[in-house]
Amino acid sequence: MSDIERTTTQLPEPSAPAWEYAPAPESKEIVRLRDRYDLFVDGRSIEPKTGRYFETIDPAHEEPLAEVAEAGEEDVDLAARAAREAWETRWRDLPGKERAKYLYRIARALQERSREFAVLESMNNGKPIKESRDVDVPLAAAHFFYYAGWADKLEYAFPGRSPRPLGVAAQITPWNFPLLMCAWKLAPALATGNTAILKPASTTPLTALLLAEVMEQAELPPGVVNVITGPGGKTGGWLAAHPDIAKIAFTGSTEIGKVLRRNVAGTGKRLTLELGGKAANIIFEDAPIDQAIEGIVNGIFFNQGEVCCAGSRLFVQESVADVVVDKLKSRLSTLRVGDPLDKNTDVGAINNRDQLEKIAELVQSGIEEGAEIFQPECVLPERGFWFRPTLFTNVSQSHRIAREEIFGPVLSILTFRTPDEAVEKANNTEYGLSAGIWTDKGSRILWMAERMKAGVVWANTFNRFDPASPFGGYKESGFGREGGRHGLEPYLDLDGGAV
Amino acid sequence: MSRVAETGSGTGGLVRYAPRDAVRLVTRAPAVDAVGLEERAASLGKRSIKKDSKLWALDLAIRCMDLTTLEGVDTPGKVEAMCAKAKRPDPFDATIPPVAAVCIYAQLVPVAVEQLRDSPVKIASVAGGFPAGLAPLDARLADIRLAVDSGADEIDIVLNRSMFLSGDYAGAFEELVAAREAAGDTHLKVILETGELGSYDRVRQASVLAMAAGADFIKTSTGKIGTGATLGSALCMMEAARDFYAETDRRVGVKVAGGVRASKQAIQYLVLVYETLGAEWMTPDLFRIGASSLLNDVLMQINKERTGRYQGPDYFTID
Repeated sequence: MSDIERTTTQLPEPSAPAWEYAPAPESKEIVRLRDRYDLFVDGRSIEPKTGRYFETIDPAHEEPLAEVAEAGEEDVDLAARAAREAWETRWRDLPGKERAKYLYRIARALQERSREFAVLESMNNGKPIKESRDVDVPLAAAHFFYYAGWADKLEYAFPGRSPRPLGVAAQITPWNFPLLMCAWKLAPALATGNTAILKPASTTPLTALLLAEVMEQAELPPGVVNVITGPGGKTGGWLAAHPDIAKIAFTGSTEIGKVLRRNVAGTGKRLTLELGGKAANIIFEDAPIDQAIEGIVNGIFFNQGEVCCAGSRLFVQESVADVVVDKLKSRLSTLRVGDPLDKNTDVGAINNRDQLEKIAELVQSGIEEGAEIFQPECVLPERGFWFRPTLFTNVSQSHRIAREEIFGPVLSILTFRTPDEAVEKANNTEYGLSAGIWTDKGSRILWMAERMKAGVVWANTFNRFDPASPFGGYKESGFGREGGRHGLEPYLDLDGGAV
Repeated sequence: MSRVAETGSGTGGLVRYAPRDAVRLVTRAPAVDAVGLEERAASLGKRSIKKDSKLWALDLAIRCMDLTTLEGVDTPGKVEAMCAKAKRPDPFDATIPPVAAVCIYAQLVPVAVEQLRDSPVKIASVAGGFPAGLAPLDARLADIRLAVDSGADEIDIVLNRSMFLSGDYAGAFEELVAAREAAGDTHLKVILETGELGSYDRVRQASVLAMAAGADFIKTSTGKIGTGATLGSALCMMEAARDFYAETDRRVGVKVAGGVRASKQAIQYLVLVYETLGAEWMTPDLFRIGASSLLNDVLMQINKERTGRYQGPDYFTID
């Protein structure tokens, strides 16, 4: 006994007023960053014909992580031809159950390397590790598993039709869920027998490039999945315009979505758009209030509010508005904002400077238009892109913060008196991606859900995703569905005419 | 029956509720969504508590612990041994604080009084027909008075679930008020037995009922049925206590008991307290953990945190 020291350190002062959680950072060791990433075309890494590379950074520290190839028009053409050839010679006619094997392999590899993906995602995007670890990566794997199951059952998915793949799909993904959006797009495309060219967002290309490694690991035939990187406007534009492309799937801003739609008009290319949102989260007086508070927080602060379906407009029934606002304010002060790799971080960094400036500008407009701002006192890191979780009360429908998508941790709070008024106000937006309804009354959930002009309606929860459930928008939030059986359709010609 | 006496506990004076008002509070308690509640509890349970913050929590866990023995075979000898452990949890280490209280049956309180005479460790006695709470009311009240007269500092009683679940909220409330009166100034904890209530809505309502009746603490479980404390039920009670404080300015404590055996669980409950009720509740006056075997696991973890090595169970005394 005596040879073991039992008292080497004093316990910290027990009467300390607050409990400081010690830093609990996830180790970066598992990620092996390369200095430079090339394009992934026809199953191998190739240098860009442009000879140019651009820097990708860690938004939490504003430090460079790596250089990434800038694809030019010639590179896009190479990728398109590789994808076309792979489709015609190696993929289109492969039996569904064989395609499924590759998808299962990819899913398993994602699970095996989940920590690596999660850490890299948090480094490049700025999102908290608990989200990349518990949401992004597991869901990405789940999408591959789910669509693997459909690959040999397409005839059963669409009875009486003759589903055929379309060809090469151009898939342009956003920076808010870099890996997950790749999975949402690749999994159904591959399951249905299409080949793909993935163009990840220019600020967050690293997990897509790591996914390319997984494709190699899964021994996917060359050219079936290609990853090209570069600025959205140029590279994405060339990709969408390429004649070998049969289908474009885009997730991103409404502004770019409109440009794409104009450009694609008349070309015969299929298009699905998943764009912006300004979701209403509606709290009735009989709602489970404490859980609604969590739902509101999750709705708008999950992923720093950089979520197209974020519950950015909160409608509270007037009779409980004071209670809800008070509770929200105190809940906000418990949010832990900081190092994305700390396992206890609730809110991470904003992904890029442009976005940070846009958020700041819209918040300023809210103040100027007369809404009342609340921000908790929390210490933000000095370097990096940070924005304090923010609430606005006294917001009216005409304020910019109630109409425009902020895509940041900013919640606008409005009130309503009757269910009819809630419906009317909630639908009074150019967007229509998602909505949340909080009430203890089942019949009211159904009544409201019928009337919400939104692609996804959550009841007593928010921001919950499942590969089996279709996701997509109304109005300026886009069209087409991803996920579920519905998610197969945009990648298929159901009457056998396209081939 | 007169309403509740001022007890001077908590920060504000005790609010007096007529049974009718208490019933109204219960029936208007906010709904609780089980999925959302458990999700929140689980996410708090995943906080990663390391190094100094872990040591701080483990030390607090000991200071908030009600070291418990509630067996039919409890004897003066068993209670004496447990009191020794309560005063000095680790004979080799003077920096380890004593626990908050020992929790025993009323008949054995005199033994504990003798043992804990010059110690800060409180004596908590279960009473009032523990654990079913269905003995005749007079007998239950006499049981409480006996415990108080024998020198108990704290009384742990059970809610009458029979009345509560049959919808007789006024009856259940009046019984609790009677118990409150019988206990006088003695610290009163009301066990809700959440594992028997069937839903979080009920847990929330029972919490409100007990707090309105003047409980100093609400407590999850007797430890005598299959389901003890869970993160979900504890969070539900803490949210009720937080809202009760906002309405009445009186802080009611929360005690988790039943099945809390590992340091990791104790830390999870502390995280729940910290992020739901705030730093003010992080004290033995407002948070307790009732447990019999948790203490040694905490000692083992403290030692591991300090030395970087685990020691075998035989290096920790078993009383």
